[in-house]
Parts: sequence; C-alpha cells; structure tokens
Amino acid sequence: MTVLFGQLFTGISIGAVLLLIALGLALTFGQMNVINMAHGEFIMAGAYTTYVLQQSITGAGLSLVVALPVAFVVAGAMGVLLEVLLIRRLYARPLDTLLVTWGVSLMLQQLARDVFGSPNVQTRAPELLTGNVALPGGLTIANNRLFILALALAAVAALTLALRLTPLGRRIRAVVQNRDLAAVSGIATSRVDRTTFFLGSGLAGVAGVALTLLGPIGPTMGTNLIIDAFLVVVVGGIGQLKGSVMVAFALGVLQATGEYLTTLSVAKVIVFVAIVAFLQWRPQGLFTLRTRSLA
Amino acid sequence: MTAVTPAPPSTAVAPAPAGAAPPNPPGRRSRLRTAAGFAFGAALLFAVAPLVLSDFRLALLAKYLCVAMVAVGIGIAWGRGGMLTLGQGVFFGLGGYAMAMHLKLADAGPGGMPDFMQLYGQLDELPLWWRPFASPWFALPATVLLPMAVAFGLGSLVFRRRVRGAYFAILSQALAAAMVILLIGQQGTTGGTNGLTDIKGFFGYDLDDPVNQRMVYFIIAGTLLALLALTRQLIHSRYGELLVAVRDGEERVRFLGYDPASVKLVAYVVAAGMAGLAGALFVPAVGIISPALIGIVPSIEFVIGVAVGGRATLLGPVLGAVAVAWARTALSERFPGTWTYLQGLLFVVVVAFLPGGLASLWALARRRDVGARPVRRGWLPAARRRAERTEVPAA
Repeated sequence: MTVLFGQLFTGISIGAVLLLIALGLALTFGQMNVINMAHGEFIMAGAYTTYVLQQSITGAGLSLVVALPVAFVVAGAMGVLLEVLLIRRLYARPLDTLLVTWGVSLMLQQLARDVFGSPNVQTRAPELLTGNVALPGGLTIANNRLFILALALAAVAALTLALRLTPLGRRIRAVVQNRDLAAVSGIATSRVDRTTFFLGSGLAGVAGVALTLLGPIGPTMGTNLIIDAFLVVVVGGIGQLKGSVMVAFALGVLQATGEYLTTLSVAKVIVFVAIVAFLQWRPQGLFTLRTRSLA
Repeated sequence: MTAVTPAPPSTAVAPAPAGAAPPNPPGRRSRLRTAAGFAFGAALLFAVAPLVLSDFRLALLAKYLCVAMVAVGIGIAWGRGGMLTLGQGVFFGLGGYAMAMHLKLADAGPGGMPDFMQLYGQLDELPLWWRPFASPWFALPATVLLPMAVAFGLGSLVFRRRVRGAYFAILSQALAAAMVILLIGQQGTTGGTNGLTDIKGFFGYDLDDPVNQRMVYFIIAGTLLALLALTRQLIHSRYGELLVAVRDGEERVRFLGYDPASVKLVAYVVAAGMAGLAGALFVPAVGIISPALIGIVPSIEFVIGVAVGGRATLLGPVLGAVAVAWARTALSERFPGTWTYLQGLLFVVVVAFLPGGLASLWALARRRDVGARPVRRGWLPAARRRAERTEVPAA
C-alpha cells in the first residue's frame, strides 16, 4: 500500500513538472497553432535567471521568491521578441515555424554556453524545501516536489481564472475559437496574440525556476523537456487547458508505474506507445474545441 | 532538374480527356537533359572526386553522401508529400545498427561475441535478438526492410487517423527520442551511449586499408545515384502527381476517391527505406553508429540540408545536405561555437525567407532569363494557405 501511494505521488510529481512546462505551450500552441521549439530555451532562461539572482541575493528562499516574477518577465519578453520578429510572419506556415524556432533555440543554447559556460551550474535550494514531509503510514514526500505541485496547481488556477474572468481572457478565448470572427468583432487579434505569447513564454520561465529545485541547469536542458511538453499538449487536445492538465498527470503516473515495473528507458517507450495508441482513439486529443468550421 | 517541375495542382476544373497520357510526361528534351545530368554527376562522383580529394577528404565525402541519401528521402516525404518528419534518425539508426551488428558479429568470428558485451555485460551468450544478424542474408535486407516496417507500422496507424502537420512532426520526433533512450538504457546489448564502435571489417575487407575505404566510397556514390534515378521516376509518375496533390489539398484528393493515407504511407515508407540504406552504408564509411548520431538533434539536422537545397526538387536536398555537412566540418574545425550560431541562423533565414531553398533562387533567375516560363510561386497555393490559417481541428 505504501509502495502504491509512493508511486502514485512520484507519478503526480512527474506530472506536475510536465504540467508546468506544458502549460505555456498549451496557451501558445492552442491559440496560434504555432509550434514554438524555443519554448524549452525559455525554460532554460527562467532557470538561469534564478542562478543569476542567487549571485546577488544570497538568501536562497528570498532569491527563489524574487526569481518567480523576474523569470516570468524575462522569458515573456523573449517570447514577445520572438513573436514580433519571426513568428508573426509565419502564421500561415506552422511547419516552417517549427523549423525556424528550432533554429532560434539552437542560437539561444549557444548563447547560454557562451555566457554561462557549457558545464551545468547548480543553485542552492532554500532550507525549507530540502527536507521531507512524513505522512502517517511511513510515507515521505520531498518538500521540493510538494512545492512544484503547488506551483503547478497555482499556475493552472491563475491561468484559468484569467481566461475565464478578465477581458483579456475573453479576447483570448474568442481568438482561439474563431480568429476571423473575433477579428470582425473588433478584437485586435495581433495584439491578443502578442499578449498570449507573453503569458505562455512567461509560464515557461516560471517552470524554469521550479526546475532549478530538481537538478542542475545546463544549456541543453530545454531540448530534453520540449518533446514531453509537446506530447502533453498534443494528447490533451489544443484550445483548452483541462486536457493538458489531465494528460500531464496521467502521463506522469504512467511513467512512474512503468519505471517501477521495468526501467526508465522502457517506461519512456511505453509512454510513447501509449500515446500513439491513444491517438488512434482520439486523434484530436482528449478534449477538442467543437466548432462548426470545416477542417 | 528544375526544368521539369510538375504542373501545379490545378484549382480550376480542368477537363482531363479520358485515357490521356500521364500528366506532364517528361519530354524527350528533358529526358536527354536528365541523362546528361546523371552522366555529369556520375563523372563528378566517380572520376573527379577520387582524383582531386585526399583519402581523408574522400572518406568525409562518403559520409556526406550518406546524409544526402537521407535527404533524398526527406525530399520525397516532406517536399513532395508535406510530411515533416523529424525522426529520420530512427530509420538511419535502424539501418546502421543492423549493419553494425552484422559486422561486429563477423569481426568476432563464428560463435564469438562483440567486444563490448564482454566489457559491460554479465552476458554469457549472445542475446537472442542478435543472433539472426550473424547471417548477411538476414542482416543486409534488414537494413532496409526493418526501417520500412517500423515506418509502415507507425505511418499506417497515424495517417489513417488523419494525424498530420505539426502533430505528425512531434510524434516522429518523439519516436527518435524514445529510440535513443531505449538504446542508451539497454547498454548491455546495444553498447549504450558509445554505440557500436571499432568496426574493422566489411565482408572480409579490412576497413583500415585506404583501397577498401575507396571501394566503400564507390558503393555509396553508386547507391546515391541509383536512389536519385529511382526518385526521379517516382516523382514523375502518376503516383508522384498524386503525392503532390495530397500535400496541397488532402481533402480534395479524398473527395476525388483516392485514399490519402495510403499515398502518404508509401512516401513515408520509401523515405524510411532510404534512410535505412544510408545508415547501413554510413557504418563501413565511418566505422561507428551511436545514439548521438541518430537522436533528436541529428534527425532535425537532416532536415536543414533539405530546406537549404530546396525541399521539393530532386537535386536540391542532395546538394543542400552535402553543402551543409561540408560547411559544418569546415567551420566547426576552426570555430566550434560559431557553427552553432550559423546553423541556427541558417534555419531561420532559409525557412522563413527562402522556403524554396537555394533552388528557388535558381528558378527565379531562370524565369527572368526565359521569360514566361511557368514557375510555381510559393510552396503552398493561396487557397491552402488560407485554409491553414483558419484551421481548427474538427470535432
């Protein structure tokens, strides 16, 4: 029983990481049908922001708290820059956007290598987050995992509320549902796109801050994350957040179970096979936006 | 052979006479020109290059030509069929590993085990799935058929359910990621991160001997030319026309009574077979196959050469792949960091601003010379462009 719950929590915490890195993508991919391969490098930017802040702010806890908003803005600004300079010109060509942003991600990785050096760097975790919580039944849960879970849920909650309640959220939803109709209704779609891109990329930065708690920071960290993140969004279905949330946790639990029963590498393959099988059943993802458009 | 660009998929209702000749038959003149082109290419590869280049450079060229074979396949799948496959490294790797396993077993002699297994493993005997590769009659066909089978499996599942565009690209990339993780994880039987290295012999020929290296180069060059000839026939056949039609208007082709899934599947499987063959020939040319050569990054690097050369042309992918690989060697020897920037920049500039690749510059120049020669403008017809912009997945 303890093993079962332990595995379940491992799965949930893997899911929380997946959710954090995929949330921004769900927004940008969902809204603009744009594949931003540089999303992983925005995560990296968030992680390095934490590292840089720790050089000046010595308190690990304080620097983490400061890093969250700063990384959001840094990564968000990078996203807007990318949107304005390149992606905006390529909306009609989603596959080409994929390749172009991959080129951008290569350059950003090399930039990180030149600025911070190729070896990985490490940040200090605040003391509060290094321990474990002991639960009745001999179960222990690492504090940093718990923190990431809370952060992921908070991010989902904030994003959901923003999409549901604010005027900006209403505009974003309108553009997702029907871009042309939104445009003729007087919504400045290009401005909405830019804002969406800022939010989505900013969330990548927040994910980067969280990832510093789990491991070292390196120039190629983004490449390893981006595919998992995209799979979450593809399987979850674009245009809505709830699909991504559910799929992130489901994949996390599947991964953890697979890892427990076999090995890490076999578990990854199991997840891949499961995804292909799932897409046989629902090729458009778990939840789809039902529209009347012909596609 | 930009001269024989197929007719753009006509959007107007063009009454085709019943039993007409295949659309856009390669005329006699263009056939002559193609033959001349092949003769020129053969002369260049078989006579000029071995004379001019040192043994070291010739071995490098052999490596580039293997990459070019993968590029030809990507040109069919992506340029002609619109399927951006970011996982060709998987097929390259399957071919390469199949060949390397056979060569390792041949090096070890009958009943022997590859050196690395004794090094890492607690294995007392050869794993079961290695055994068939001891026979060249199994291993050689497997280098091509194994990748094709995997492509067929994935493709028939995915295309039937109309998973396409970016979704397909992501899935193909995830396949590459899964394959690499599996290879590294099963270190005892696959060689792990190191891969299969130190391959000494090639069907009885010592690969350290420069004469035999030269022979491998000739095999590779010949194979590439054969693949190009095959590709030319393919893209000028009725099937080739259909493939382009599926790329430009999949729904329309479906309504005409064809099955776009099968059309795409054939192109994907052919591309996989070419990548497998390339991987198999890469192994004797370079002497190693490892996860680092087939993962996400190399898979996407196969694509950049195709994009630079011109994705929808016959020769563009080959020339682009060789040029990019050559530039990579030349530049990263001297300035390792700069190459990465340049590679990124190449992706951005070529794909964003010159989607037809360098071949489109050629076509543009020709149009100015010749006058009213019809040259396809853009890479997607306007209708498709509009459709994609407003595309919302159907319920």
